[in-house]
Amino acid sequence: MRPVLEITGVSKSYPGSPPVTALDGVALEIHAAERTAVLGPSGSGKTTLLHVAGTLERPSGGSVRIGGQEVSALPDAELSAVRGRRLGFVFQQFYLLDHLDAVQNVALGLLYRGGPARARRAAAVEALDRVGLGHRLGHVPARLSGGERQRVAIARAVAGHPDVVLADEPTGNLDSRSGQQIIDLLAGLARDGTAIVVVTHDPAVAAAMTRRVVMQDGRIVSDDRQVPG
Amino acid sequence: MSVGLRTRGRRGQAAGPARSRLRAADLVLGSWRGLGARRLRTALSCLGIALGIAAGVAVLGISASSKANLLAELGAEGNLVTVTAGQNFDGSPAPLPLTAESMIARIPPVESVTAIGYVPGATVFRTAAVPATDSGGISVLAAQPGLLGTLGGGVAAGTFLNAATVRYPAVVLGAVAARTLGIGQVRPDTQVYLAGRYFTVVGILRPVPLVPEIDEAALVGFPVADSLLGLDGYPTQIYLRALPDQVQPVTSVLPFTANPAEPEGVQVSLPSSILAARAAARTAFTGLFLGLGAVAVLVGVVGIGNIMVISVLERRAEIGLRRALGATRRHVGLQFLADSLLLSALGGVAGALAGAAATAGYALSSGQPTVVPASAVLAGLGVATGAGALAGLYPAIRAARLAPAEALRGA
Repeated sequence: MRPVLEITGVSKSYPGSPPVTALDGVALEIHAAERTAVLGPSGSGKTTLLHVAGTLERPSGGSVRIGGQEVSALPDAELSAVRGRRLGFVFQQFYLLDHLDAVQNVALGLLYRGGPARARRAAAVEALDRVGLGHRLGHVPARLSGGERQRVAIARAVAGHPDVVLADEPTGNLDSRSGQQIIDLLAGLARDGTAIVVVTHDPAVAAAMTRRVVMQDGRIVSDDRQVPG
Repeated sequence: MSVGLRTRGRRGQAAGPARSRLRAADLVLGSWRGLGARRLRTALSCLGIALGIAAGVAVLGISASSKANLLAELGAEGNLVTVTAGQNFDGSPAPLPLTAESMIARIPPVESVTAIGYVPGATVFRTAAVPATDSGGISVLAAQPGLLGTLGGGVAAGTFLNAATVRYPAVVLGAVAARTLGIGQVRPDTQVYLAGRYFTVVGILRPVPLVPEIDEAALVGFPVADSLLGLDGYPTQIYLRALPDQVQPVTSVLPFTANPAEPEGVQVSLPSSILAARAAARTAFTGLFLGLGAVAVLVGVVGIGNIMVISVLERRAEIGLRRALGATRRHVGLQFLADSLLLSALGGVAGALAGAAATAGYALSSGQPTVVPASAVLAGLGVATGAGALAGLYPAIRAARLAPAEALRGA
């Protein structure tokens, strides 16, 4: 089966003296329903890998294919569409808009697809149901706990049924109990076929994934992927 | 309707890759919710624009209300025409022919006509004891009983000249002349010393705004002017009312009618147009206030621009998030531009309302009709929108240029 996300020989360096090399010849294939943890010390290039995989940043070299489509040379407009349609993002800081309630925050995830507002709202309500927040639809972030906020953020990421959800330290700002709920939620997404890539320091998160990729100095130094078959 | 990438054509949707889209309604709603979440900041940042637009609309509204009031007054008086024979070398009015009045009365659209005669060298004093040099600038005019009817004036006290009193040493004082002489009321024994003898004051006029020279005159009858003041019956000025829509043709035939022997010496004027010009000159202050309004708008532009730049910095994470959710650079820029436009439009609407309220307040307090010109309101809203576009452009470009990963990292 074709990988949903395919990174080949990707490098990323930032100008400076000396230039900083964040990624150095990284190759990674992510398949549907795969649950991958990206581990490694701070500064090893995990977040940069996530940004490059999520087309938030262009690689200095190499190829990024999402759903079989080469994206590293796409113009901004098409790249944005790839992000909006194929990818979902979850961040450590949640990044919910304070003045919007839960449904509006989740519907924001579908805003740039341009569908009718009613359909977006319905999908948002459904996504909030999926993360167990069907009873918090009208709550603004200030009235939600940290764990609930991250669940809203996950609902926002999956409301459009992306191929891949990219999560950057999703449990980093949460206590262990809330963190466990998030881990269960992310792991559960894979059952619907969504691939999960989580950058994390949290051993509990790593343990809940099916594959662990370890990075160091911009390279992948270990990958325990089980070859299917 | 959607903004952004759809403008590149539908071809792309059919064959090419999918595009991010943002509906105009969503754009506006997003800005509206964002501004609603920061109400105090929103109110303060559109204050400058609001003040500027309010000043502009109020100034134009008050000016228009005054003009409407004037036009309402002139509506009855805009058909008043003055005919004179010009001036003598010493500056005194030159006489018109004796036939002038009756000739003019025969022009069909002329509704009424009346003549006055300037009595040269005549002075008016309260008593004979006042030194002759303190003349007070009061002129003596011979007038006909129909004068007030033609001019549209009225008496403040006493009566006007009538068929009887025009033959006797009776005088009616103009409003200013009466004040100069210190005469406020008319009693049977009220007299003034006019051209060397006492005349009985029979009436005092209310001000006649269209013909201020009447205010400064003492009016006597033509017969008494002939017999006691040596006028010989020659009029120096003729007032007439023509049918309002026939004023122009009437004025064109007046010189020949009034003085066929010397038409080029005859001057015809419309006092109402002089008054209107004077009122227009009074609105010279309009320019000053509009200038102040423009300065306020400019300050408002700087204020909104400033707050938008700050907003871009504060909302870096949101910019990164929106990019991650599929917003293009253009969508992010448009969102900030929409914020700025909405801010300034709110300021413009608030300003226009305040300006209209100020106009209404002024008009009501001074008894004028309230006129808020639609053009002033539309111009105000247009200026506000332009100001918003100007203020939002740079911040929008900055927001659009922010790279998504950088925006997320910097937060």
